[in-house]
Amino acid sequence: MSFLANIFARRQQSSSVAKDRLQILLAHERSAGGESGESDLIRQLHKEIMEVIARHVAVDQDKVQIKVDRGSGCSMLEIDVEVPQELSGKRTS
Amino acid sequence: MSKVLVVTSGKGGVGKTTSTAALGAALAQSGQNVVVVDFDVGLRNLDLVMGAERRVVFDLINVVQGDARLSQALIRDKRCETLSILPASQTRDKDALTSEGVARVMDELREKFDWVICDSPAGIERGAQLAMYHADMAVIVTNPEVSSVRDSDRIIGLLDSKTKKAEQGEKVDKHLLLTRYDPARAARKEMLSVEDVLEILSIPLLGIVPESEDVLKSSNVGAPVTLAAPTSLPARAYFEAARRLSGEKLEVSVPVEKRGFLDWLFKRDA
Repeated sequence: MSFLANIFARRQQSSSVAKDRLQILLAHERSAGGESGESDLIRQLHKEIMEVIARHVAVDQDKVQIKVDRGSGCSMLEIDVEVPQELSGKRTS
Repeated sequence: MSKVLVVTSGKGGVGKTTSTAALGAALAQSGQNVVVVDFDVGLRNLDLVMGAERRVVFDLINVVQGDARLSQALIRDKRCETLSILPASQTRDKDALTSEGVARVMDELREKFDWVICDSPAGIERGAQLAMYHADMAVIVTNPEVSSVRDSDRIIGLLDSKTKKAEQGEKVDKHLLLTRYDPARAARKEMLSVEDVLEILSIPLLGIVPESEDVLKSSNVGAPVTLAAPTSLPARAYFEAARRLSGEKLEVSVPVEKRGFLDWLFKRDA
């Protein structure tokens, strides 16, 4: 019967992945209260961080990448800003 | 030359999102630059089927309204680097999409990608019409079932009247993708056959995707079936459909699994 157990185990696997993914996703969507609470927080963080950076260097919006990875315990926000060469050079010299 | 393709059906639940993900991944695996765009504003699911739901920052509406750059909203697939997704908004409604805004985003996408694949919402309302408006080509996803065929006929009518191509006196290149097809039941005359559906809708056949458990397994793990189970019957059907979209002439065949001894033993019902 091992082949049956195998088939069964594989099914379990993909459905439990599905359940985990949904639980993480829905926890985030519900905590946002159905409205875009979480993405508002991200937008706010993004805006304020960019304001601080803009005080020192002129940043091209196209050179800013924002990445998010929502986990079950915590989320990761990654803001990647490309600082122009000549400006970063001037500051250090 | 870049192509805008809409995946549409009228009826819900026939496999638009599954097909968008599978065709997008199949085209991207052939080395072409592909973006899949979710137009189902308020009920986005393409991100979930593609496994990108945890990485959504900005969406189509943010880009349309100028709150984010297109490059900031695009999410690159982790498994296939030529594949990107532009998610829909989960919280806004479709009225936030303006025709001009969508036109601007579509132009920008055309510059960046070889294929822009738009996953239409169900229905024939504004959302579905916005999704199809810029299309050069359309994949009409149809199940061999009466209500699905009827709705597909309705959508074909809209493609011939409510698109930019139609307004310019041209035609959207339409293709039928028959999904959830069960050859055994069709053979027993319990299901509309491929010929029946083609006779009624009279548009060229892009492919026949058999009903298969691999489709659900793939969406469970958040991967297009063409990435998660590339040798499965539905994936093979999607790969062939993608080659036909790219202009190859391939005969369409009904995909059948060789029935093994075990199937016979357990008299597996379809």
